[in-house]
Amino acid sequence: MPLLRIEKLSKSFGGLKAVSNLNIEINEGELIGLIGPNGAGKTTAFNLLTGVYEQTEGKILFQDKDMRGLKPYHVTQRGMARTFQNIRLFSDLSVIDNVKIAYHQRSSYGIFSAFLRLPSYYAGEEEMQRKAMELLKIFNLDHKAEEIAKNLPYGEQRRLEIARALGTEPKLLLLDEPAAGMNPQETHDLMNLIRWIREKFKLTILLIEHDMSLVMGVCERIYVLDYGMIIAQGAPDEIKSNPKVIEAYLGEEVV
Amino acid sequence: MGNVTEQVLQQIVNGLSLGSIYALVALGYTMVYGIIKLINFAHGDVMMVGAYAGWFATTTLHLSFIPALLIAMVVSAILGVLIERIAYKPLRNATRIASLITAIGVSFFLEYGGMLVVSPQMRTYPPVFPDTIWNVGGIIIKYGDIVMILTSIILMILLHVIVKYSKIGKAMRAVSFDNEAALLMGINVNNTISATFAIGSALAAAAGVLMGVYFNTINPLMGIIPGLKAFVAAVLGGIGIIPGAMVGGFFLGLTESFVSGLGASTWRDAVAFLILILVLIIKPSGLFGKNIREKV
Amino acid sequence: MGKRINRQSVVTLLGVLLVYAIVQGSILMDILPPFVALTLIQVCIFIILSTSLNLINGITGQFSIGHAGFMAIGAYMAAIVVVKFQGPLMLALLAGALVSALAGFLIGLPTLRLKGDYLAIATLGFGEIVRIIFLNMEYVGGASGFSVPKTITWTWAFWLMVISVIIIRNFIYSTHGRACISIRENEIAADVMGINTTKYKIMAFTIGAFFAGLAGGIYANYLYIIQPLTFSFLKSFDILVMVVLGGLGSLTGSILGAVVMTVVSAALSGWPEWRLVITAILLIVMMIFRPKGLLGTKEFSLSFLGKKGEKNASSKD
Repeated sequence: MPLLRIEKLSKSFGGLKAVSNLNIEINEGELIGLIGPNGAGKTTAFNLLTGVYEQTEGKILFQDKDMRGLKPYHVTQRGMARTFQNIRLFSDLSVIDNVKIAYHQRSSYGIFSAFLRLPSYYAGEEEMQRKAMELLKIFNLDHKAEEIAKNLPYGEQRRLEIARALGTEPKLLLLDEPAAGMNPQETHDLMNLIRWIREKFKLTILLIEHDMSLVMGVCERIYVLDYGMIIAQGAPDEIKSNPKVIEAYLGEEVV
Repeated sequence: MGNVTEQVLQQIVNGLSLGSIYALVALGYTMVYGIIKLINFAHGDVMMVGAYAGWFATTTLHLSFIPALLIAMVVSAILGVLIERIAYKPLRNATRIASLITAIGVSFFLEYGGMLVVSPQMRTYPPVFPDTIWNVGGIIIKYGDIVMILTSIILMILLHVIVKYSKIGKAMRAVSFDNEAALLMGINVNNTISATFAIGSALAAAAGVLMGVYFNTINPLMGIIPGLKAFVAAVLGGIGIIPGAMVGGFFLGLTESFVSGLGASTWRDAVAFLILILVLIIKPSGLFGKNIREKV
Repeated sequence: MGKRINRQSVVTLLGVLLVYAIVQGSILMDILPPFVALTLIQVCIFIILSTSLNLINGITGQFSIGHAGFMAIGAYMAAIVVVKFQGPLMLALLAGALVSALAGFLIGLPTLRLKGDYLAIATLGFGEIVRIIFLNMEYVGGASGFSVPKTITWTWAFWLMVISVIIIRNFIYSTHGRACISIRENEIAADVMGINTTKYKIMAFTIGAFFAGLAGGIYANYLYIIQPLTFSFLKSFDILVMVVLGGLGSLTGSILGAVVMTVVSAALSGWPEWRLVITAILLIVMMIFRPKGLLGTKEFSLSFLGKKGEKNASSKD
């Protein structure tokens, strides 16, 4: 049984079909890439998956459950987390608070414990603090826990956003252009990090990327999207030599 | 039955008079919101200042209606531009809430500063018009009703012509559509915004003078409630949309006079706010507006 | 972590006790002029109002300018319990707060889909509707007002204020408070992080309304008479000014704002127009030059006094 099954998914804005007849299957533990030229509908696909938009047609089955009509927070609670192409951190809050907010949905105490500072408040806060610090350590951000998120260098902000997404304890992680704006060295480190967190957290990852080298390097299977439709799918080597893909990327270098 | 029809027609006449005031004020709200996305809370108070300017022109200067109206419009236009330059311009890139708070501040400044200058007491407008009353089949139409409705219709046609055909009108539409693109096309955004404030404030002043003439009395706090209601009218029609403000104004005026006609005049203000909340909940973009979503 | 009592909370506690003791002592010795006593109780009432409004406007990033509406509901409900049913004061205050919280919940459900300035206007409309309803209710005296015996003492007002501030503070520095802050910071990201943004907005509104209702109840049982006009937009504006001047998102800022504005109003009470003109100018100047208010989202902390000790509102003790 696939972890995520997208069947005939379509989304139109007025007359414009941003995504049409999308079919994707992702099995547990896979690392899948979704690529395509600018404006192909990749981010729209993510927004559909995470409940930011509702589909016009088709089905999204996550762990065999229909996700239609769920709000983004609900989707996250079901175990799907994401990052954004244009980083959306809580930029005026501290690094650790960014992660603690992600842990909120698993928080163990209610508002009356908070009002009255009952023992469960202290226990809950301590647990969150501990878990958040562990996560920051993994991303090598623990020494910056009290810094304000917007003061971090760009690459660290990207890492923090991934850390924060992991704070929701997802089964499926959606990364929207994680390497955008990174130099080759940072991209390379990011590739290793992505591979590593997949092992460490037993994650399934769906990655949108523009940077072909990253996708070709880490993904096991790739879907290619153009004008809202899947034009090719397969292993990185097959994709590289697929004439349709080359045509879609005409003028761009395919690795 | 005939009696009911008479009553209804009478309320329509009253509602149109009241509505024309709301519509004139609502236009200023809508134009300013359209161009800088600010709820100009002080707009009702600009109307009040206009009413005082008109009062001064008719009492101290012994001018007749039309020159007094023009003087009031000029005074308020200048005031509107000053408010924009001093209080709103520095905040153009601030959050909407900061701008809104400032606008509330300006509103209170005009109201209570006005009290210091002209004293809190009520002033009586001199009778500018003959108190001719026509009785058309039981419906009472005052001279003031005719002047009020005619004046506002003339001003609205004038505004329509300006916005549609003049150079500044085209600039206004361009800035409200896309501020930055307009700037790149060589439009002087600052002047365009000033012009918007000037025109909107002049219309409010006209409404203020009409109100003074129609209801006879004015006071420094007279702008609050009509200002809020004009805002309701603007939201009702779809804020930022000029014809919407006109329709919203007349709709609100008619609704209110019917509520009063049913003997519930103490609830009149509550009905206006109820309409506001319902519109905001059901269709926040108003009757003529389109919904816009934030891009993710 | 784990250190539940630190130096700062001890210093704060001592300060609170000292303020209480000095005022209570002067009352017992009968050396406190009635005008000062009135002002001090008003300070307590406005601290509850400003901190509770800050929870909605500063912490959660919503924008309500109808706080006087909730205050009115609490005031009238408490007055009804005391006058019409001869209920005890405590019960009256609680009833006022609870009914106000219910109103906050009910008005929150539909209106919180609105954002920013639209929400502001809707809450303004709500506040005015509440006022007009009381104006038309002969049961509570209509426009002429509703007489209530004076039973609130300094002790009541002060400790209810302290308890309110502590509860609001405890909420803010919990995971639930962080959820509210995340909505203020970036609503879309908060949603995607699994936070039910609607739930937390309504929660902030309900808690805020609860304490505004409590403040209303204290007000009603102190001032002998309540009138619908007391709870007009002007009152909402006063509370808003306190929160904005102190800093949206700063609890200590709201307290400071409430103290300063109430004392200044009392000092200028003979010249009400001047008071409002000055307030208005202050507000405009503040928005232009320091839009985040005196303290921004920072907290003023006693133990680091002198070192310009400021802490972020969201980080823990």
